[in-house]
Amino acid sequence: MVTSAEAVVEDVKQPLKLDVRDLSIYYADTPALENVTLDVREHEIFGIIGPANAGKTSFLKTINRMDMFTSNMKVQGDIYFNGFDIRKTRNIYALRSRIGVVFPLPVGLPLTIYENVALAPRLSGVSNKAELDIMVERCLTRAALWDEVKDRLDSLGSLLSGGQQQRLTIARALSQEPDVLMLDEFSIAVDPVTTMRIEDVLKELKSEMTIILVTNLVQQARRLADRTAFFLEGKCVEIGDTEDLFTGNAKQQSTIDYIEGKFG
Amino acid sequence: MFEISELNKRNQKTQKLFQILFLMMTLMLIAPVVIILGTLIYKGGAIISVDFLFTAPTDGMTAGGIFPALFGTVWLVAVALLVSVPVGVAAAIYLSEYAPDNWLTRIINLAIINLAGVPSIVHALFGVGAFVIFFKFGTSILAASLTLAIMTLPVVIVASKESLQAVPKAFREACWNMGATRWQTIRRVVLPNAVSGILTGVILEVSRTTGETAPIMFTGAAFFLPFLPQSVFDQTMALSLHLFVVSTQVPGVPDELPYGVALVLIGMVLLMNSVSIAFRMYLRGQKKW
Repeated sequence: MVTSAEAVVEDVKQPLKLDVRDLSIYYADTPALENVTLDVREHEIFGIIGPANAGKTSFLKTINRMDMFTSNMKVQGDIYFNGFDIRKTRNIYALRSRIGVVFPLPVGLPLTIYENVALAPRLSGVSNKAELDIMVERCLTRAALWDEVKDRLDSLGSLLSGGQQQRLTIARALSQEPDVLMLDEFSIAVDPVTTMRIEDVLKELKSEMTIILVTNLVQQARRLADRTAFFLEGKCVEIGDTEDLFTGNAKQQSTIDYIEGKFG
Repeated sequence: MFEISELNKRNQKTQKLFQILFLMMTLMLIAPVVIILGTLIYKGGAIISVDFLFTAPTDGMTAGGIFPALFGTVWLVAVALLVSVPVGVAAAIYLSEYAPDNWLTRIINLAIINLAGVPSIVHALFGVGAFVIFFKFGTSILAASLTLAIMTLPVVIVASKESLQAVPKAFREACWNMGATRWQTIRRVVLPNAVSGILTGVILEVSRTTGETAPIMFTGAAFFLPFLPQSVFDQTMALSLHLFVVSTQVPGVPDELPYGVALVLIGMVLLMNSVSIAFRMYLRGQKKW
């Protein structure tokens, strides 16, 4: 018989995908995120909710070292990915290829739809046409886009509609066969029906990868996330099992208020 | 509700007035082109023939054709392009895609802008000092083309840089996020979408290089040569200098000869431009985002 204490121990032993310790992010001297310590476990969907300007996107950017693209972005603290310190590694290309990212604004690259999805495999050295074909179809299918574009894979990805481009972006992220998939408010440009389809796909993908889901829609976090963190004004207010947070067992009053829609 | 008020009337009148004003200004731009081309065709058109294009000048340059000058100009432009396009595009890629935003980059950018502002006669004298004397190329196609290349480099760099930067940063970041290196990103996404703009720079460069006289006068272009250049180390005649010579330096030239030379010179520029423009329009027609 498993006692609850043993269950907790089991839980902690679940391998960590990401271990973030004491992370602070500054733009010039303005803090965007301060002293965040959290961990993301393998094969879970980790939700991050919070109002605008809470530091959610900055957090994601730091995970795959996008802070390097922004000259005034400063990062302090440690982030371990599979146990490796990402702030010390020089091979950021390997890091980034293991992390798929989807941002709120869709980016269809000015390549054909096919090449958009085949790009990541190509970058990692796959050139076999048959192999690429399979990959492109699988990723587009998972992103709920295949049926709409299968007859025009040679047209430009950047000329698709906003919602389609977003699904193309998701397909592209999946084509990296990432360890971690980070989604930042992916559903902003997508219609509700498609959003639900993608949410179903995310639930399936959980068995293959770890997913970090930043969302404005608290109900989306509730539907998908195993655990959820609440960010507010650059601080991580609370992290807990999603069910606990949403059933009124949140420890902080501000978390309860936000989830109930009292502000934000 | 839709009756025309006094105010409506006045606004529409003013709007019409400005439209006409702007149209007039635009038409005025065309006027010089039409007048120049018209005059050249009217006065020099008759002399243009296959013989004129493909024979050498005779009778102390008062008769015959212009072949050595035509041939020389093509050589000069080709060699200049061969140097300035790879160097210019490479520099533009560095400045746009790699260079960190620091004082060195800013100084380089400033230098390029200043290089564009240097008068061509100064470039000419620099060419003499650097290529003719220091590198010991002598007065030759090589020295003249290098001088032209340096003079036109800023055009290529600025145009290329601008077209590279017109490719949205989001495309680059999307690629980087997949683990692509900078070069992979440039080769697969940025450069293919900047080609049409880079071509614009090359067009501008070709036109300017073809017509320049001062930079080649002392570095490689000859007053008159009875033979064609055999290599890049030979001197050559050039159309632009030839035009200057037959218009002002040689007595007894028939009127239509300089007009004919000018017409060929302009014709060459227009021909090259239209080929490049056609290519560019073809590329632009394929809108990418």
